Amino acid sequence: MKAKDIAQLLDEPACEHNKKAKSGCAKPKPGATAGGCSFDGAQIALLPIADVAHIVHGPIACAGSSWDNRGTRSSGPTLYRLGMTTDLTENDIIMGRGEKRLFHAIKQAVETYSPSAVFIYNTCVPALIGDDIESVCKAAEKRWEVPVIPVDSAGFYGTKNLGNRIAGEAMVKYVVGTREPDPLPEAAANAPFKIHDVNLVGEYNIAGEFWHVLPLLDKLGLRVLCTLSGDARFHEVQTMHRAEATMMVCSKAMLNVARKLQETFGTPWFEGSFYGISDTSQALRDFARVINDPDLTERTERLIESEETRIRAALEPWRERLKGKRVLLYTGGVKSWSVVSALQDLGMVVVATGTKKSTEEDKARIRELMGEDAKMIEDGNPRALLNTFREQRADILIAGGRNMYTALKAKIPFLDINQEREFGYEGYEGMLELVRQLALTIESPIWPAVRQPAPWKQVAATAETEAAVAVA
Amino acid sequence: MAEIIKRNKALSVSPLKTSQPIGASLAFLGLQKAMPMMHGSQGCTAFGKVFFVRHFREPIPLQTTAMDQVTTIMGADDSVVEGLKTISEKSKPAIIGVVTTGLSETQGTDIRQAVKLFRTNNPQFDHIKVVPVNTPDFLGCLETGFAAAIYAMIEHLVPEAEKAGTQAGQRPKQVNVLAGSALTPGDVEFLKETIESFGLRPVMIPDLSDSLDGHVVEEEYTPLTLGGLPVSEFDTLGCSKATIVVGRALYRAADLLQKRTGVEDYRFDTLMGMEAFDRLLMTLQTLSGTPVPDRYERQRTQLQDAMLDTHFMLGQARIAIAGDPDEVHGFIQLVQSMGAEVVTAVVPSHVHNGVLEALPIEQVKVGDLEDLELSAKEHNAQIVIGNSHAVDSAERLGVPILRASFPQYDFVGGFQRTWIGYKGTRQAYFDLANLMLSQHAQHEIKPYHALYSQKLDEMPEEFSHVLDPTSSANHHIRH
Repeated sequence: MKAKDIAQLLDEPACEHNKKAKSGCAKPKPGATAGGCSFDGAQIALLPIADVAHIVHGPIACAGSSWDNRGTRSSGPTLYRLGMTTDLTENDIIMGRGEKRLFHAIKQAVETYSPSAVFIYNTCVPALIGDDIESVCKAAEKRWEVPVIPVDSAGFYGTKNLGNRIAGEAMVKYVVGTREPDPLPEAAANAPFKIHDVNLVGEYNIAGEFWHVLPLLDKLGLRVLCTLSGDARFHEVQTMHRAEATMMVCSKAMLNVARKLQETFGTPWFEGSFYGISDTSQALRDFARVINDPDLTERTERLIESEETRIRAALEPWRERLKGKRVLLYTGGVKSWSVVSALQDLGMVVVATGTKKSTEEDKARIRELMGEDAKMIEDGNPRALLNTFREQRADILIAGGRNMYTALKAKIPFLDINQEREFGYEGYEGMLELVRQLALTIESPIWPAVRQPAPWKQVAATAETEAAVAVA
Repeated sequence: MAEIIKRNKALSVSPLKTSQPIGASLAFLGLQKAMPMMHGSQGCTAFGKVFFVRHFREPIPLQTTAMDQVTTIMGADDSVVEGLKTISEKSKPAIIGVVTTGLSETQGTDIRQAVKLFRTNNPQFDHIKVVPVNTPDFLGCLETGFAAAIYAMIEHLVPEAEKAGTQAGQRPKQVNVLAGSALTPGDVEFLKETIESFGLRPVMIPDLSDSLDGHVVEEEYTPLTLGGLPVSEFDTLGCSKATIVVGRALYRAADLLQKRTGVEDYRFDTLMGMEAFDRLLMTLQTLSGTPVPDRYERQRTQLQDAMLDTHFMLGQARIAIAGDPDEVHGFIQLVQSMGAEVVTAVVPSHVHNGVLEALPIEQVKVGDLEDLELSAKEHNAQIVIGNSHAVDSAERLGVPILRASFPQYDFVGGFQRTWIGYKGTRQAYFDLANLMLSQHAQHEIKPYHALYSQKLDEMPEEFSHVLDPTSSANHHIRH
């Protein structure tokens, strides 16, 4: 990928970060950098497309330590869970045999697993030696008659976030618009209301959580043409250009997709989240608002009312247990405010939230939700997190899996909120899982036990004190 | 003598291989107050970190030189210097391991020169050791990366006996142990205790049992390893009575250590199985002059009893194994001594230390878990031994799995399991035998329904009636 293409991707006009003096993401500092690379980001963004053969072109480290690493679920094909890589060797690199190996790798994947399409992720080493993966993809597509999509995502291009955009860009450039949506199924044709087509971008169906939301969309007559990319199929991505609305779910990362769909096909988009009661309701309302169908609006309000009543009743006993508990939330970007509202729905107090990846707009939302004095944590190094936890007398740390063992070593309750988690929290129904998991860790009987020193140490300490007193 | 079947596919499916940089980093994680730094793009480190965190369920110190577009093209060795400086200032480690990756090696990094430059420019950090090691991921696997790091540690940290004035046996109770990557923290801990029980003082290189055994500490947070071999110990290796080497991958490092220090060494390809542990105990008896403690005799008889009990299940059991070469070697010994057959053995990479050729099986495949699956299917394997990725393979094969090796992310405590010694061997036999018992239906004789039989019963229908209360009570009666 050329420097100017990367610069263009970093310069996302629809992204709030751009309005600051520095655009995009800051340069990483050697010896003090955390977080994934562009390949990581691209793979996370597209791997959930379940019927695709995802081939990582590079030596082993890229795929070897990352395949089958995500909590995303498929309702059908499981091809995406097979790790595939060209596993380049020294000879491939020295003799320049990478392209040839890639071509044969595509053949092997197509012949063995009959995928709907093949995605090729470029990584650092072939990018450095100049493998032309775009040409290989073109030739392979022609030869094997299966779509072969290049995702030029070498790690050294930049951050995970950039990788998300590269992935989105590849979908818009090569896939979206290459097929018209299927006609509605018969059952839908007889529906007493108009069916509207929508997209979701940035929804990854972690632990299957989107299946808490999907039944609601069915009830409202919203057909999801495609989620990019949780539980998606290749032929769904192809039809995204026909949606009447796009929802950007919990992420700024693939804003470029929403923006381009709007620019090219006129599809309006909005940002939202399915975490928490208020946000789930708001997301449903926003669909109705953007689609602008009064009948849909009315049915949406009715659904929200019945769902909210139902879930609030179910949550009541949990609210009692969790009310007033103090939460330190450390998670990036949109989640910094979307999860706040979910926790406030439960009567919990969010004492501080991380804003490392948040935009000014995100921060404004946080202030709106938590008040003007909301404590925001810019630098999420583990030491600072733990200090804030103590200062704020928090009861639980909610953060990404990366911080889990920091919390556990400090012997404090923890809830994992990022992609690797095993539980789904989306939608009204997801709130029940969220409260269960919150209570499970906060109320656990282990905390005093793990903080207690060995009895002989206590005896020794007492004896020492007594001896000191006696001497005095 | 095994025939080595080389990789013959363009595409690796369900990769078995873990990269060299991960193996090298693991070795550094067994040193006290250590920080490994990968010289590559930030993703190399991020993936490595997630890999270790999921396996050990521990916070893992791991840094990166964060090569970006500019440094990748213009040369990133300044980033090494900058990274070393930043880590030294921020985290104050005792040692930094600089581990190269495919990216920096393809670019042509001169890692030693970069470390030299750091040394020249930053005398204020002279007390911090820095060990560079070349570990591109387009060569080798976890085991070779680990071995390369141990070699580099000896090369950079162990002084020549003549210069340092050390002499073998100066510390008559001290024994060096080069502990290979096939040993879990649980194995290392057990090996230490065994050596201590002879009145000897083991120096584990590296000591994963002190850093990654999963223990809580008083400090709330440290950016470095939570324990491990103190770096100062490298100065004393030359004073030891002997060196014990576990794992053939480390023999090259052992050669260097012996050359540097003149300390005699005793080499073990594996410590799994009765025979290997017999040999270890005899070695320790000779070294210490202390007779083998009674407890081992008891444990040995327990193992013998377990062998008697389980040979019915494990005799002729068909086993498929995937892992790094030394691990695979250990498991083959372990199961073959019970009369089991290794029908499939897959390693991720060809290593050139003779271990593969010497395997007492017909063939060993250099490949991936797809190869394991196909071969296991062809040979009707009854048990798979492999990592968490192999769980799906075993499921598709319809056979149980014994989890071993890296990574184990779907299983708690796998990182800490003790495989070696009489006790570890006994538990492995129990577990394998139980896995065989769990599939007893496989060898049961299918019922035969005689043509002229008077029996009217139809078992499945009877059960369906019992299980389904809504069905009519008379439903199962045919006449």
